[in-house]
Amino acid sequence: MTRLLEAANLRVSFPGAGNSRFYPVDGVSFSLERGEMLALVGESGCGKSLTSLALLQLIPSPGRIESGSVIRLGETDVLALKGEELRRIRGRRIGMIFQDPMTSLNPVFTVGAQIVEGILAHFKVSSAEARQRALQLLQEVGIPDPAERLKSYPHQLSGGMRQRVMIAIALAAEPEILVADEPTTALDVTVQAQILEVLDSLRTRRGMAVLLITHDLGIVAGRADRVAVMYAGQIVEEAATPRLFANPSHPYTQGLFASVPRITGPLKRLNPIRGSVPAPAAWPTGCRFRPRCPQAFDRSETEPPLLPVEPEHRMRCWLAEEPNQGRRP
Amino acid sequence: MTSLLSVRDLVKYYTAGGLFGRATPPVRAVDGVSFDVGRGETLALVGESGCGKSSVGRTILRLQEPTSGEALYEGKDVFSLDRTELRQLRRRMQIIFQDPYSSLNPRMTVGAAIAEGIEIHRLAARPEIPGRVAALLEEVGLDPTYARRYPHEFSGGQRQRIGIARALAVQPAFIVCDEPVSALDVSVQAQVLNLLSDLQRQRGLSYLFIAHDLAVVRQIAHRIAVMYLGRIVEEGPTDQLLANPRHPYTVALLSAVPEPDPAARRARIVLSGDLPSPSSPPPGCHFHTRCFHPMKSDRCRTEIPVLRPVETTVAACHYAESTPRPAEVSVAQM
Repeated sequence: MTRLLEAANLRVSFPGAGNSRFYPVDGVSFSLERGEMLALVGESGCGKSLTSLALLQLIPSPGRIESGSVIRLGETDVLALKGEELRRIRGRRIGMIFQDPMTSLNPVFTVGAQIVEGILAHFKVSSAEARQRALQLLQEVGIPDPAERLKSYPHQLSGGMRQRVMIAIALAAEPEILVADEPTTALDVTVQAQILEVLDSLRTRRGMAVLLITHDLGIVAGRADRVAVMYAGQIVEEAATPRLFANPSHPYTQGLFASVPRITGPLKRLNPIRGSVPAPAAWPTGCRFRPRCPQAFDRSETEPPLLPVEPEHRMRCWLAEEPNQGRRP
Repeated sequence: MTSLLSVRDLVKYYTAGGLFGRATPPVRAVDGVSFDVGRGETLALVGESGCGKSSVGRTILRLQEPTSGEALYEGKDVFSLDRTELRQLRRRMQIIFQDPYSSLNPRMTVGAAIAEGIEIHRLAARPEIPGRVAALLEEVGLDPTYARRYPHEFSGGQRQRIGIARALAVQPAFIVCDEPVSALDVSVQAQVLNLLSDLQRQRGLSYLFIAHDLAVVRQIAHRIAVMYLGRIVEEGPTDQLLANPRHPYTVALLSAVPEPDPAARRARIVLSGDLPSPSSPPPGCHFHTRCFHPMKSDRCRTEIPVLRPVETTVAACHYAESTPRPAEVSVAQM
């Protein structure tokens, strides 16, 4: 497989009290290969969305990407790009879709005009060709009666249809990578299933890589190739999806699994993680999960690196080296 | 189980004035809904956005007026109460919302917000109120000193606990929980679900639990009613309805729940098309335009199916006896 994208030691900072800065994303590394789906999973405030925005230098001011961070897209050093060069990457090589398609669509232009605009911005084609291409894209994302829908305004479409339009606009530039930030969170479950099917088929047909940002372990299972679990600005566990689900090892990941209500299997009282996610300005010292961890032990006072659990499976917890230490919950 | 609340043929239409005075068809948010909630019982009202589940919750509390139908609370029709009686009823029936922040006054301390109901209904002498508030905060798992703080100082999960404490302050018997955990992160969601279960057991509360997530509902509900376009399409005891759904919509909804287990990868039924508009629902069975039932016929397009007992649930489908289970639905039928 060809490595498309590599992020290494990615750090994003914001100004805090006085002259201090805090780090909502604090040393994140991952890579993406052609046709691969990597899921970045975590609860609100873990830094997953900022990580995805950093890929395109879209961190809102006064935030900034710290020096020492690396983002490589093929041979390109993305963080060295400015202005026009950066615009050629955004959309064209890395496309993005967000949770709420309504805020990303222009309410006063038709769906067709917005897709055509995207095509003309990236390719030298006639407007007739662009319209033809827009029609094909709507078909590809499963919009019924696409010729009619091209003439619709965003408010005339349902939430699921709007998200399909957003995907079509992102696809218009034929990106190598699609970053999907909570693409189905605002949608009903039956519509969510439709959108996930669309993303899956595009990945297989086009060989497009997908970085899926989500809080929902359920939509990751059976779809993503690999999973990275984030907590407090860091990746705390990463593995091929079947391994992570068969053997969740970091106490935080285990806590997440114990918190998720299931539709099948025996009905048990949920066993949630105590407390709540700390604020980015106050990441705990040592292991960041230590204050909430039922298995913390003396070594947790030192911050652990990502340590191997088994082949292709790593976690940021000393239990990887001393499995008999922590108390089992 | 004696029922605490009996709702019969509840109808709620929203009429829009229409731009430039043109008459538009009413939105039939709730279109003839009947159900019972027993003492100490949780009935979950489940469905996707626009199915009318929240309108049901708000109408039976008279937060909005019904178009027709009746709601008997302890035998008294909620819809025919005068102002004084309605105020009395509000002490017995409470509601908690998805976003507790929007229902908390930002300039009122948490303590004052919780004490408000106690004062209005004169449930305690003034000197006793701070003690009551402290006890309520402890009961929902919060530090009693939080009473002096303001809502913006708290996380989403803590605010939901404050909303629950405020509802409990007037010692209700019945609480409408309108998507109470939908906006919360999974770990906090689990904490709040456990809290609601514990409170129900300790206080003998009845819940009408409105939600879109069947996995969440399974944790808390004794019975489930599934709504689609303003009507209940299936109802039954939780384990029966989840194990053997008889309405095709319930089957589809169940198969769409993302389960965090790749091994348990179940057949996914991906419904075609969008939810039709509730102002012009399809004739006959509302679900026929998206239905995958192999026996779907002209009858579905013309005759409204009534809720009737089928095996272990009641379902509104002409062919409920032969509704396929998720595993039996082949791709070709979708």
